[in-house]
Amino acid sequence: MLTLLLILLPVIAAVITLFSGERLAKTVALIGGLATLGLAVVTWLQFDPAAGTQFGFKYAWVSSGGISFAAGLDGISLVLVLLTTFLTPLIVLSAFKHDYKKPASFYALILFMEAALIGVFTATDAFLFYLFFEAALIPVYFLAAIWGGENRIKVTFKFFIYTIFGSLFMMVALVYLYYQTPGTHTSEITAFYQLQLSPQTQGFIFWAFFIAFAIKMPLFPFHTWQPDTYTESPTAATMLLSGIMLKMGVYGLIRFLLPIVPQGMESWGLMAMILSVIGIIYGSIIAIQQSDMKRLIAYSSFAHVGLMAAGVFSYSVNGLQGALIQMLAHGINVIGLFFIIDIIYSRTKTRFLDQLGGISQSTPHLSIYFMILLLGSVALPLTNGFVGEFLLLSSVFHYDGWLGAIAGLTIILGSVYMLRLFQKSMFGPRSKWVEGFQDLTASESAVLLPLVIMVFWIGIYPNTFLKLTEPAVSQLLQLVNN
Amino acid sequence: MYPIILLSVLGVVTLFLGFSKSKNILLPATLLFLIIALIGNFIEWNKGPLLYFYDMFRVDNLTLSFNGIILLSAFMIVAISGGFQDNADSEPAEYYGLMLFSLVGAMMMIGFEHMIMLFIGVEILSVAMYVLTGSNKRNLRSNEAALKYFLMGAFATGFMLFGMTLLYGATGSFELSQIQGFASNMQPGSQSYILYAGLLLLLIGMLFKVSAAPFHFWTPDVYEGAPTIFTTFMSTIVKTAGFAALFRLLNTSFTNIYSFWWIIIALIAVLTLLVGNIGATSQNSFKRMLAYSGISHAGYLLIALTALSRPSENAIVFYSLAYSLSTICAFGVLMLVSKEKTIEGQPNEHYDAFNGLAKQNPVLAFVLAVSMLSLAGIPLTAGFWGKFFIFTSAAERGIMWITVIAVLMSTVGIYYYFRVIIASYLREGNMIKIRIAPFYQVILLIATFLTILFGLAPGIFDNLI
Repeated sequence: MLTLLLILLPVIAAVITLFSGERLAKTVALIGGLATLGLAVVTWLQFDPAAGTQFGFKYAWVSSGGISFAAGLDGISLVLVLLTTFLTPLIVLSAFKHDYKKPASFYALILFMEAALIGVFTATDAFLFYLFFEAALIPVYFLAAIWGGENRIKVTFKFFIYTIFGSLFMMVALVYLYYQTPGTHTSEITAFYQLQLSPQTQGFIFWAFFIAFAIKMPLFPFHTWQPDTYTESPTAATMLLSGIMLKMGVYGLIRFLLPIVPQGMESWGLMAMILSVIGIIYGSIIAIQQSDMKRLIAYSSFAHVGLMAAGVFSYSVNGLQGALIQMLAHGINVIGLFFIIDIIYSRTKTRFLDQLGGISQSTPHLSIYFMILLLGSVALPLTNGFVGEFLLLSSVFHYDGWLGAIAGLTIILGSVYMLRLFQKSMFGPRSKWVEGFQDLTASESAVLLPLVIMVFWIGIYPNTFLKLTEPAVSQLLQLVNN
Repeated sequence: MYPIILLSVLGVVTLFLGFSKSKNILLPATLLFLIIALIGNFIEWNKGPLLYFYDMFRVDNLTLSFNGIILLSAFMIVAISGGFQDNADSEPAEYYGLMLFSLVGAMMMIGFEHMIMLFIGVEILSVAMYVLTGSNKRNLRSNEAALKYFLMGAFATGFMLFGMTLLYGATGSFELSQIQGFASNMQPGSQSYILYAGLLLLLIGMLFKVSAAPFHFWTPDVYEGAPTIFTTFMSTIVKTAGFAALFRLLNTSFTNIYSFWWIIIALIAVLTLLVGNIGATSQNSFKRMLAYSGISHAGYLLIALTALSRPSENAIVFYSLAYSLSTICAFGVLMLVSKEKTIEGQPNEHYDAFNGLAKQNPVLAFVLAVSMLSLAGIPLTAGFWGKFFIFTSAAERGIMWITVIAVLMSTVGIYYYFRVIIASYLREGNMIKIRIAPFYQVILLIATFLTILFGLAPGIFDNLI
């Protein structure tokens, strides 16, 4: 029942926001987001990691087809639901400083997006998953296309068609799997786990899923939509895309690709792993050369997600646990960084590194927050990035030493582009663009403080989250190894 | 059975109503007649299968569902026709009369059990449509469209009749059940070639009516030239009736020679998908794009026919309904917008006519967006489940390759459907506030509501038929 509430609450909040008028909209949206977070925390407190999928519900939907409206939470889902519900109110709050036209629609779309994302992470029916997977695209498309930058129409259109193209292949795979289930067919994901498919079929299904999720994340070479879309979108939409929506792809790999087609994984996993590693290096190298800060973070995000995918493709406990904890860490860091760039941009009207410099002279608070989030991103010990990246790299190293060594370059390259970002914008001679730069306002600190707390929490005591996911992960791997 | 008799009589009544001084009575009267027909239609629900007219006409729940869809569509189309008051040349009584008669033809096609019934149904429907296409007498394009439609249609009818003749020659009967009996006991060699040839010719005639490639060449010109309200009628009712007839034909009589015809229909489906979708991308006129999109939807429906598996029946009914609702919304909004924006006295039906629609007319923009999302098959709309059921029908038969092609083509579809959403929501334009009659708006909103409702709860039709 709690799961259903978790999906419905943001929808209700969104509808209220839509009709609450221009002035109240943002407050209502923030309350809606916080209420959902509260509910998620309540769920967390009642959650028993050892008990498998919990708080489930199931209603017949297309009863003749055995398709049901079914959702529930296991450790993997719970962690991602917590991430979504934690970040959404912050994203809403971060948009407060902008005067968007039609604010009611703007905030309502964010909440609709939240509902769809929670749906994706909790669905236990494959078609319901697909439905939410697609539905999540529509709010963010409109957010980016209506409130975005100059090139928004062309860029978001490309993004939309690209991602839909991928997920349609997943639908073909799901329809096929559905007809392989015995008896009167069912589309429960657990039923798909039991299927005995021939290796060749598994190869096809592997690619159908891989393309869908690889476009969403995105992995090399399906990433060409990403930097443009991140750059052109309003910051709230960029945060949704990079902070949460990207995780849909990784989650899909864990939930579908690994357990349903383990043999396909065996034959094609290396290929996927190589693509991921190429993405890590390629993304990092391009990030080093960027002058546009938003683009820089976009490419860094592309590199990070490559490492998460590599961890999943290594199908080991470390890899999966690392990917999960890194999803949390990346979501927190990337949202913080995008927000800081948004702050700098709204004060200086430029995002280009060569026009900035010396901001730190007048902004002690901003500099500290910026530094902490940045160190989290480059995986300094005691920050959140370290735990995930350590687990991930060790898993890739176990899978193949050479690949592990190449992927390990990410730490060096990551520090290069991140520190360059910090140095060029915050230090150096004060540029004419940053004159009169004010330090953080109270509402800006209110966004950054929770993020920084989480950076340390996950960095110092990751077990809070690791122990939630551990049983679910080992159960999943048991399925794979059978 | 009842709606056929009712509408035949009420069609004549409509013609006589045209003599009355007050032209305002025609629209409400026609709507009332359609409601009566709708009620009459569902009297026989769950009573079937019943046979009428010396076993020439069959009433079962499938017939009644299709009848329901076309009567509902007709009701909506008549409701948004606005009584044809704005054109001095128009003859509302004749138009409404012809629409009701053509519905009779459509229902005969849906319930036929005998080839003669099919032929008469197709002709009643087509002749009425030829006239309505050319009803904008002083417009060159409308005249051209009518002539083109008539000439091509007459050709197709010739093929159809020839096919029926050969089938009669091969099997000795016009009745579907007899033909089925013959086809199942067929000795290899015997007269099978005549049967095959007959089936092929008959299919050509029928596929022309549903505008499947390569028999689609008339569609864009006719859809564009005809007055929009009759284009709506053509693209919803004629198509639904055509597919209902094709389904009945193949599903009753020719299941035993499935191995012969499935690949032909499959190839035609693929060709139709390619022609429809790729053709639609290069259009600048929204109306012409909808014509091509109509072709592409015929392609999806043909996939369900190709598969002819357990979910096919449900898939065709659901898809027809979803497609009809969205098409009516799309054309309904087009009519309003194009009337306000004219180029040299002609309605502007291009994409750029929609620029900035959302700002001044949020309701219209929403209706249009939902209908486009549904036609594109985006989840949470009826169109998604329509496509989904079509794909499952192909998967049940094990024809995955055709699904892959259809999926690729759906991606192409998103490209052209989204162009109008982008125009109305994201582009700036000097759009004025369009005045809409409240009734018109209610009809559009009901269609939109149904599209979303069926998108959320597709199970409503479970086990219905």
